[in-house]
Amino acid sequence: MMRTIGHVAINVFKESVRDKVLYNLVAFAVMLMGASYLIGQLTAGQDVKIIKDLGLAAIATFGLLIAVFIGIGLVWKEVERRSIYSLLSKPIGRREFILGKYAGLALTLLVNVVVMTAAMYLVLGYMDAQFTEQQKVSWAAPALDPGMLRAVALIVMQLLLVTAIALFFSTFSSPFLSAALTFGLWVIGHFNADLRNFETVVESPVAAGLARALYYVLPNFAAFDIKSQVVYALPLAPGYVAVTAAYGAIYIALLLTGAVLVFARRDFK
Amino acid sequence: MKAVFLIALMAAVVGLQTMHERLEASTPAVIENLLYVRSPAAMTRMALSYDALLADLYWIRAVQHYGGTKLSTDPNKQYDLLYPLLDLTTSLDPRFNVAYYFGSTFLAEAPPGGPGRPDLAITLLEKGLRAQPDKWEFAQWIGFVHYWWRHDYAQAAAWFQSATEFPGAPFWLTQLAAVTLAEGGNRQSSRVLWQQVARTGVNEAFRSEAVRRLQQLDAMDQMDRLTEIVEAFRQRDGSVPGSWDDLGRAGYLRALPVDPSGVPYRLESGVVVLGRGSRMFPLPVEPQRLTP
Repeated sequence: MMRTIGHVAINVFKESVRDKVLYNLVAFAVMLMGASYLIGQLTAGQDVKIIKDLGLAAIATFGLLIAVFIGIGLVWKEVERRSIYSLLSKPIGRREFILGKYAGLALTLLVNVVVMTAAMYLVLGYMDAQFTEQQKVSWAAPALDPGMLRAVALIVMQLLLVTAIALFFSTFSSPFLSAALTFGLWVIGHFNADLRNFETVVESPVAAGLARALYYVLPNFAAFDIKSQVVYALPLAPGYVAVTAAYGAIYIALLLTGAVLVFARRDFK
Repeated sequence: MKAVFLIALMAAVVGLQTMHERLEASTPAVIENLLYVRSPAAMTRMALSYDALLADLYWIRAVQHYGGTKLSTDPNKQYDLLYPLLDLTTSLDPRFNVAYYFGSTFLAEAPPGGPGRPDLAITLLEKGLRAQPDKWEFAQWIGFVHYWWRHDYAQAAAWFQSATEFPGAPFWLTQLAAVTLAEGGNRQSSRVLWQQVARTGVNEAFRSEAVRRLQQLDAMDQMDRLTEIVEAFRQRDGSVPGSWDDLGRAGYLRALPVDPSGVPYRLESGVVVLGRGSRMFPLPVEPQRLTP
């Protein structure tokens, strides 16, 4: 089973390379280098902080776009091109097909994030060399702070979750609807704290109870965002990254199980 | 052939853009002083996970707005977007400390170098203090705004004193509070204040500004001494000197007097003033003593 999933995954990765998805890495590098050159003139000494903010936000955004726009087409494209018939006639189960597709896109995202992170550290390393030790004293954290990798790890987890959502929707709906639903969940997932505190703004206990239920059920994307904390080198609660990663992993397992179940029942006639 | 066609098209685009630039130059400019979202609460919600990046953008806009307005030659120039931009910046990123320090300095600066709103500067710093209640620097800086721009030495001393009670506050704050209370408005106590900023300022730009402020105080001392010399000349000769040369020939001066930025002082009808283009301009309002 793992071998089959691996084959499907490698094919998805190769297809994304053929589709020039990795070109976004060039855009990322050019944007970061251009910004590092220009920003010094505009920010009154906040260059390193801004490059960190920009780098982490860009990694998350580029990844999000890839996860959504490729994720929604993973299954739909095969159905639309009718290649699903020949694929499923081979010794590939529907479960392996879904999991392989997911693993392939996850691999694409991982390669993207690794290269973008390396590029960000390179730019920060260059900027670090431009400042004297005296100037660096006022920085909240060193330019090459390895603590930023915690934020990158949670960005990866968030992207894997978005991919799982996009894939889940793509097993039963059109690409447009899948994209809208995935983006919708991603946006709602940033307002989780409001759902938790809904009882403070409504009087109806039913509405408050429903909001509280949604708070627990919907994916909490805000929890994956620790960019500000790492940029300022603020301490995180012990085990925060591990608990959030575990939350993401379980949610992904839930969505993939759902995707497999839906896809298994789907009739392609 | 295709390459030539592409180059020709690109050249046409560049040419039209140049023409567009010329047409724009001959059209009366409309200054876009707009801020579509002024509510920090709304912007914080809309930011999703991009709050820090948006804070950076608003910070860059605040710096541009302040710098652009300061350099503008428009006699009716306004810094009306400065506080809303700083409010948005610090709401999106409550730990953006430079925005509090620089922002309060920008806001407090008297016209034409700034909007002359020390009240808003204090509001911004108090917001910083609410976001980071252990930051003694904000309390010190509030005292500083009271001292330097509002000339309210009692309030300044009270804030310096309150800053001493923060964890990790440096020992010199106690001395500063005492000096301010006893000698507020004295040029020497202003010097002590700026010397602390020059030593402990949050970054290079801040420390450089403190050095410039110290030079302004030196310039004020020099101008006082030159005024005494002019007065001595007037008492001896019965008329004010027409130029520095008159004072040189009378043996009062050995060289052309220059301010700390190297620009010669001017003598206008017996009054000593800064030379044109001096970095010392405008000199701060002479602090008033707390007690006569």
